[in-house]
Amino acid sequence: MLIRYLSQIGRYFLMLKEIFNKQTKWPVMRQLIFKEIDDLIIDSLGIVCFISFFVGGVVAIQTALNLTNPLIPKYLIGFATRQSVILEFAPTFISVIMAGKMGSFITSSIGTMRVTEQIDALEVMGVNSLNYLVFPKIIALLLYPFVIGISMFLGIFGGWLAGVYGGFTTSTDFIDGAQMDFIPFHITYAFIKTLIFAMLLATIPSFHGYYMKGGALEVGKASTVSFVWTSVSIILFNYILTQLLLGS
Amino acid sequence: MIEVKNLEKSFGDSRVLKGVSTVFETGKTNLIIGQSGSGKTVLLKSLLGIHTPDVGTIEFDGRVYSELDPDEKRELRTEIGMVFQGSALFDSMTVAENVAFPLRMFTNDNKAKIKERVDFVLERVNLVDAHKKLPSEISGGMQKRVAIARAIVNNPKYLFCDEPNSGLDPNTSTLIDNLIQEITKEYNITTVINTHDMNSVMEIGENIVFLKKGIKAWQGTKEEIFRTDNKDIVKFVYSSNLFKKVREAYLKG
Repeated sequence: MLIRYLSQIGRYFLMLKEIFNKQTKWPVMRQLIFKEIDDLIIDSLGIVCFISFFVGGVVAIQTALNLTNPLIPKYLIGFATRQSVILEFAPTFISVIMAGKMGSFITSSIGTMRVTEQIDALEVMGVNSLNYLVFPKIIALLLYPFVIGISMFLGIFGGWLAGVYGGFTTSTDFIDGAQMDFIPFHITYAFIKTLIFAMLLATIPSFHGYYMKGGALEVGKASTVSFVWTSVSIILFNYILTQLLLGS
Repeated sequence: MIEVKNLEKSFGDSRVLKGVSTVFETGKTNLIIGQSGSGKTVLLKSLLGIHTPDVGTIEFDGRVYSELDPDEKRELRTEIGMVFQGSALFDSMTVAENVAFPLRMFTNDNKAKIKERVDFVLERVNLVDAHKKLPSEISGGMQKRVAIARAIVNNPKYLFCDEPNSGLDPNTSTLIDNLIQEITKEYNITTVINTHDMNSVMEIGENIVFLKKGIKAWQGTKEEIFRTDNKDIVKFVYSSNLFKKVREAYLKG
């Protein structure tokens, strides 16, 4: 079992090396990158905006409902919403959701190409299929921090709307709290995490799709396995990066 | 010309190819036939470089594949056209984009020149109105013709076809067979076809390699198949009553 996992990890790193070998011609690659930006980034914006806005609102309401002691100032609602959204919700939990949304899309599209011999066709033609299929996804996901930036803004905005119009706090208190003790490095920390998660989101589902064997049923299974492993990796890296960047 | 010398390939304990040696000639339709599990697909995939043989060599016009460096191997692969069993067309691209793909990847031709070449090969395979259709919008026979067009668009020296007739009706099968043979002659390429279809053997079998349990059991032309007394090939080719009667009629003159 352990040997199998180690062998898979080794294969994953060999795949990473191969992705950067023998680049596809730039005019072709440019089109592929734009297509991936559309498929992975633009198509994800709707769900990210929706979830961020409402979860931000819920965080604000939950915080307000737990501040029962009258000595605790109301501006803490804004403070807690900002910290939760910037540090964890936007970079980590949106990434776990994207492991399901983007990840299953990547695994199933590459897996289907494997099943229908399209990847063999690329290889036989002399195309580096890993570079052709995975490299544009990695480049497209360099824009992922923008998605997370939007998520951060909408999460806090949702918290402000829910807090103010739900009667839990005043606009001034919320904004004061959101600006209180702001540490700019937290934003840097969040975006460093986001970039690492973007790399995981592009490569782990690609790995599961590219090396899958079998037919249509196995494509579905590979998508599920890919979601599990991408989520596990995101959570593990979240812990390691938090310890490294904030723990010392 | 492709020369295969003493090719051996195993998967675990299973020896699939046991010292196959043969020559696939230029300008001819070379067929690999044999029962399921005889090693046809492994031989074809070894020729394509998808499988690495355990023993033996494959020479493409004097170039030993295993002795080429990775760049030379990729270069050689650009000289290969392949028609897959399931066509393997890129389903997110239109017919014209599929055919243009090798040109966009490996040439510096401008759009107008690529379009001209795509129009020419699509016309050559009798597909003139399908440029903008997706593979899912055309029939199996048309998909095969698109796959052939894509395989020949880059003027390959070697054309490989894996079961080009599978899933096609007899009429379309014959059309595909004839098209492959015409293209082979027209461009003087080395064509290797992996098939189960006895109609193809009788139609276009100019050099037939018969595999049995990983060994080359027979090699000859479609005319020689009628006269041979090799029990294995006779049993395989004449397993249907129709072909038995055809053979009897041929032998009676």
